Amino acid sequence: MIPVLSYRLMQAVLVALMVGVLTFILTHALPGDMAFRIAAGRYGYDYVNAAAAAAVGAELGLGLPAWQALGYWLWDLLRLDLGQSLVSGEAVVDELRHQLGHSLQLAVAAVGLSMLLGPPIGILAGLHPGGRIDRLTLLLATVLRALPQFVIGILLVMLLAVQLGWLPAAGHGTAAHTLLPALTLALGLAAVACRVSRNAMQDVAGSAFYAFGRTKGLSERRVFSRHGLRNVAVPVLAHQAMQLVYLIEGVVVVETLFAWPGIGHALVHAIVARDVPMIQGTALVLGLMFVLMNALVDLLCHRIDPRRREA
Amino acid sequence: MQTATLVTPAAVTVERRLLNSRQRLGVGLLLALALLGFGLPLISDLDPARQNLSQILAAPSLAEPFGTDHLGRSMLARMASAVQLSLGLALLGVVTAAVPGVLLGVLAGWRGGWVDRCLTVLADTLLALPGLLLVLLLVAIAPGSFWALYVGIALVLWIEYFRVVRQTTVRLMVSPQIEASRLLGFGPGYILRRHLWPALAPVVLTLGAFGAATAILAIAALGFVSVGLRPPTAELGLMMTELLPYYHDAPWVLLQPITAVFLLVLALNLLAGGRKP
Repeated sequence: MIPVLSYRLMQAVLVALMVGVLTFILTHALPGDMAFRIAAGRYGYDYVNAAAAAAVGAELGLGLPAWQALGYWLWDLLRLDLGQSLVSGEAVVDELRHQLGHSLQLAVAAVGLSMLLGPPIGILAGLHPGGRIDRLTLLLATVLRALPQFVIGILLVMLLAVQLGWLPAAGHGTAAHTLLPALTLALGLAAVACRVSRNAMQDVAGSAFYAFGRTKGLSERRVFSRHGLRNVAVPVLAHQAMQLVYLIEGVVVVETLFAWPGIGHALVHAIVARDVPMIQGTALVLGLMFVLMNALVDLLCHRIDPRRREA
Repeated sequence: MQTATLVTPAAVTVERRLLNSRQRLGVGLLLALALLGFGLPLISDLDPARQNLSQILAAPSLAEPFGTDHLGRSMLARMASAVQLSLGLALLGVVTAAVPGVLLGVLAGWRGGWVDRCLTVLADTLLALPGLLLVLLLVAIAPGSFWALYVGIALVLWIEYFRVVRQTTVRLMVSPQIEASRLLGFGPGYILRRHLWPALAPVVLTLGAFGAATAILAIAALGFVSVGLRPPTAELGLMMTELLPYYHDAPWVLLQPITAVFLLVLALNLLAGGRKP
């Protein structure tokens, strides 16, 4: 358990370092004088002159050699001082705190929905491999996996919001607003979860201990809940961990599509506006969220099957 | 993957010749799309950027088999150009990622020691960040640039080859047949050719197909959120964003890039043979 978590901790440090270095390069690759840009961000473009820029440059140590500047940059990062947004002027940390809540809400809803959709159908299919449900879900999963999330989103909006008028197309606030973006993310996740749990169920149902459970007279239901479920859960969960990439990447795209006021939406906006501190902050949070979710899945897998030494 | 390590060289050639029916469907689809993307520009002088504002959102006709978009541009020309871009960039990215990925994977698995440790740490570092996020950050450095997109995609994709190839190599290097070859005095070149490559080839092919699909989805996603390539480039994701407001007037135009992405990714998934990467 400890090695697994320390590995994740190392990953978290690596994420911070990589995001720091990349955004550092980004700042230095931007055209224009940095002192002028920052001064403009502080005082407004109309009030900047060479003296103000020089003062800002001296204060922030912009004349330092690159490696020293990088050092300071990382030191600030370590103290979680992410600076201020060049666009709104507010502290990046405050904006992120606000957005993170929305993103987490969406992510939790998506994972929950996908768990309701994927594994139950997959288990049904796995109990009768080659049957009608099995073939139908294979087709559906193949189609869903070949569609990017935003296309699934567009199609859902067209169908559920525009044609049927059941759900609002964009915005947030109520549960109905959450459902459409969460469903968009969940369908892709569920497609994979469904196939993985189907394969796991087929393996478990064909195993010797499963057959023995039946031979000794346990009912179908009993043998499934005692011997089936737990053994199916581990591969499904482990695979879902890999799919967390899909969730984080999906948050960026799906939030943009639905104008959901979360981290992903903020990142895209920051990139378009070249708001470097915001880019750094949001990328950092998204990366750390990814590592944290992976760590949680590791813990969960360990709880379900303590025999596993490594994740 | 486990079966792949047991496959002898002779069996591999048989397997390669007899692609199963799904894989053949995938290859057929890919060839048809490649023909549209790379073949059409050779035989016609359609320009994906030429506007004709008196002819916007026209329905498909004999002159314009795919209709026209909101600026009166030929959808046939734009679709060909977009498919060419996605397919070309994906293939380029996959090849660029596969060559160093496989070589470094063999190196790390073969040599072990500090070489292995350094490379593994490097791979884990890149793995700690979701791929699209890494590409987004690189694209932010040089917005709208083809090169940033290409470097980002290759940088994300090589890890998978490295990890799988390294693992397979480690397992194979202690196998009796390689030990025998070494004892008989055969050099590294021979071992690579006769033992490692035949076992690695099918895995690399599978990873390549999945990687290309990932690349195509990533390019489209970046285009869709308007941080990838810039207009007037015909790019599948970008086209969807541009055409989204007109879906009510001309749904067939919006459906074209959607169908193209779907078919490209489906074809590559079929080619990969449904095996998990």
